[in-house]
Amino acid sequence: MKNALGSVDTVLLLGGRSEIGLAIVERLVRAGARRVMLAARGGTAPVDRLRKLGAEVHLADFDAARPETHAALIEDAATRLGDLDVVIPAFGVLGRQAVYDADPVAAARDVAVNFGGHVSIGLAAARRLREQGHGTLVVLSSVAGVRVRKANFVYGSAKAGLDGFAQGLADSLHGSGARVVVVRPGFVIGRMTEGMSPAPMSVTVDTVADAVIDGLRSGRRTVWVPARLRPVFAVMRVLPQAVWRRLPR
Amino acid sequence: MTLLTGWGRTAPTPARLSRPRSVEEAAALLRAATGRGAVARGLGRSYGDAAQNSGGVVLDCTALTSSWAHDPATGLVTASAGMSLHDLMTELLPRGWFVPVTPGTRHVTVGGAVAADVHGKNHHVDSSFGAHVRSLTLLTADGTLRALTPDDELFWATVGGMGLTGVVVEATFACVPVETSRMWVDVERTRDLDETLEVMTATDDRYRYTVAWIDLLARGGRMGRSVLTRGDHARRDELPVRMRRDPLAFAPRPRLAAPPWVPGGLLNRATVGAFNATWYGKAPAARRGLVQGIAPFFHPLDGVAHWNRMYGSRGFVQYQFVVPFGAEETLRRVVERLSNAGVVSFLTVLKRFGRGTPGMLSFPMPGWTLALDIPVGQRGLAEMLTVFDEWVAAAGGRLYLAKDSRMPASMMAGTYPRLDEWRAIRDRADPEGVFRSDLARRLCL
Ligand SMILES: Cc1cc2nc3c(=O)[nH]c(=O)nc-3n(C[C@H](O)[C@H](O)[C@H](O)COP(=O)(O)OP(=O)(O)OC[C@H]3O[C@@H](n4cnc5c(N)ncnc54)[C@H](O)[C@@H]3O)c2cc1C
Ligand SMILES: NC(=O)c1ccc[n+]([C@@H]2O[C@H](COP(=O)([O-])OP(=O)(O)OC[C@H]3O[C@@H](n4cnc5c(N)ncnc54)[C@H](OP(=O)(O)O)[C@@H]3O)[C@@H](O)[C@H]2O)c1
Repeated sequence: MKNALGSVDTVLLLGGRSEIGLAIVERLVRAGARRVMLAARGGTAPVDRLRKLGAEVHLADFDAARPETHAALIEDAATRLGDLDVVIPAFGVLGRQAVYDADPVAAARDVAVNFGGHVSIGLAAARRLREQGHGTLVVLSSVAGVRVRKANFVYGSAKAGLDGFAQGLADSLHGSGARVVVVRPGFVIGRMTEGMSPAPMSVTVDTVADAVIDGLRSGRRTVWVPARLRPVFAVMRVLPQAVWRRLPR
Repeated sequence: MTLLTGWGRTAPTPARLSRPRSVEEAAALLRAATGRGAVARGLGRSYGDAAQNSGGVVLDCTALTSSWAHDPATGLVTASAGMSLHDLMTELLPRGWFVPVTPGTRHVTVGGAVAADVHGKNHHVDSSFGAHVRSLTLLTADGTLRALTPDDELFWATVGGMGLTGVVVEATFACVPVETSRMWVDVERTRDLDETLEVMTATDDRYRYTVAWIDLLARGGRMGRSVLTRGDHARRDELPVRMRRDPLAFAPRPRLAAPPWVPGGLLNRATVGAFNATWYGKAPAARRGLVQGIAPFFHPLDGVAHWNRMYGSRGFVQYQFVVPFGAEETLRRVVERLSNAGVVSFLTVLKRFGRGTPGMLSFPMPGWTLALDIPVGQRGLAEMLTVFDEWVAAAGGRLYLAKDSRMPASMMAGTYPRLDEWRAIRDRADPEGVFRSDLARRLCL
């Protein structure tokens, strides 16, 4: 249960090795969360740090590309952790557009993870949260989905789909006690973007995690990281297509 | 679904709220409860999440008021669990009787008083509510009614058991005879915390009711300065002549109401500071034999309905702990830290506890108890209270479940030594875990 000062007891991380996901979990544990499940392909994830901080850490095998397993996973998590206070689907793959252009099957497979996987796990989690009458689903969207760019439109379109899904889910949960926080980071310097040259206004994994914690506390529905990307994208959204198309990245 | 909170108005959760009018209706509602379980609720005066059940059933017991009886020969009262102490006082005082224990508000139900094993200003001499209860009728998970006496272990799992053993539907308890409905009160001011503790230790036992209000905003040499109010029921001959005609009159004034919406920052350092300075300044250095009504003496806050709204929409937490006698140093550190941090606590109250009851999760133990209200949103509050938790636990103390809305489960397990014993009895009474609350989930009860 979330307590009066906003700290929670349980956290489920899907994509249990995600850099951003683990940074969020670590903060929640420092603030008092005591039972955590890290769900990742092969059922392995870094547990030591969280255990040292005093958390009871469970592991589970989870593949975003196998939606038929997702409902059972949520059930298993609720059995082992109790009520799910915070659920964070943090899995995702950032392929190169050039590769996708050459290999449409790979593109479709990644979209199935980046969008389809979030739909099945998101709906399964939402059912549980609705039943509980409380709990928060943290959806890691991206500014890449706010307006899709030619430089990475496969990834971007999956994020656009995910963002729309999260908005709709948030509305459908309204009044149930459960809620959704949509996080829209810009370029995050970390493992996923290794080898890429940082875009303007890039942030670190820690900044993203801090902003998410802030969003969980304040009850905000959308969290932009950094916050000034919000006005920037208000402009980006209305740039004429001819200009948008010519953007270098 | 209805969104419910406790008196502190934090952490709302939705529940199916029903208001059974009979025991049969309550039993039927229990049978219909789903996997999210059910819990009883009284007048919602616990501060945190004790009377909430996210996604499940909450039984509002305030309509269980069908019976009450008083035997003037023995002083025993039998009352339905939904009756409030206010209603009881209204019935009992004109007959020359008073409830054995009243908390700082009389708007609590008999069920809530049993479930939290509530204490009052007389704890140092009379212990808590449970000590006066002779029998209980408990509706358990299987829909049966059980008559319990202090010889039953389930009785002491229910007293202080926060509604998790079943629904209390009736209680029989001993009341105290009074000659008047007035209090005979001594008020005195102390200079600092040392003097507060000294005076209370030396002379509390001369009074049936005592409490100290601490001015937390006073610092330095005046840290811990307090106003002590101590007294007893006035005898008829202690009343001014004009009151002697109707010595048992009890008609608390109609209440003012706080507006439904209050800006969050209304209670800040400046306003609370001004209030505290006035309160302290207004109190006489020493005044003996003041005659006061029941309401202003026991329930000053009841004068303003919905005063909890004064803290704004984010609500507030109440932090109440007890530490054993001998752990005065812990008390001092807490008061010092609060004063230095400039924490805005509207009402900070210090009391001496006497003997506890055998209630396994009952809060009081011999020692000092301090209770404070703090608005949510104050910077560093969570961290500060976590530090206090450690001090309190290290001193052998604990926190009061009826006030709690934030302690970690580990603190509960570490400071209520009879928790496992309680769990075993609860599990026998409720093998399928029908009785659940947000508090129970949060604290892994
Ligand atoms: C201004 C103020 C001052 C207070 N001062 C004091 C004080 O001095 N001393 C003190 O001890 N407390 C004090 N309290 C706390 C209050 O006395 C307790 O929280 C009490 O339990 C509230 O009773 P309620 O009827 O409102 O119950 P609720 O708050 O509705 O419920 C409290 C608990 O009782 C259980 N419960 C309620 N009815 C039943 C039932 N019929 N059967 C089984 N379980 C039931 C609930 O499940 C819950 O766990 C104060 C509260 C306020 C707001
Ligand atoms: N980094 C950024 O710039 C950025 C910006 C905006 C949004 N985001 C989003 O934030 C989320 C977290 O990203 P991150 O930075 O933490 O990246 P990360 O460290 O690379 O984490 C992504 C995780 O997803 C896992 N994963 C990939 N496919 C999976 C599948 N089929 N099943 C289960 N898990 C799978 C990966 O598992 P392995 O450990 O096995 O690889 C990896 O642990 C992602 O949704 C990402 O799109 C990131």
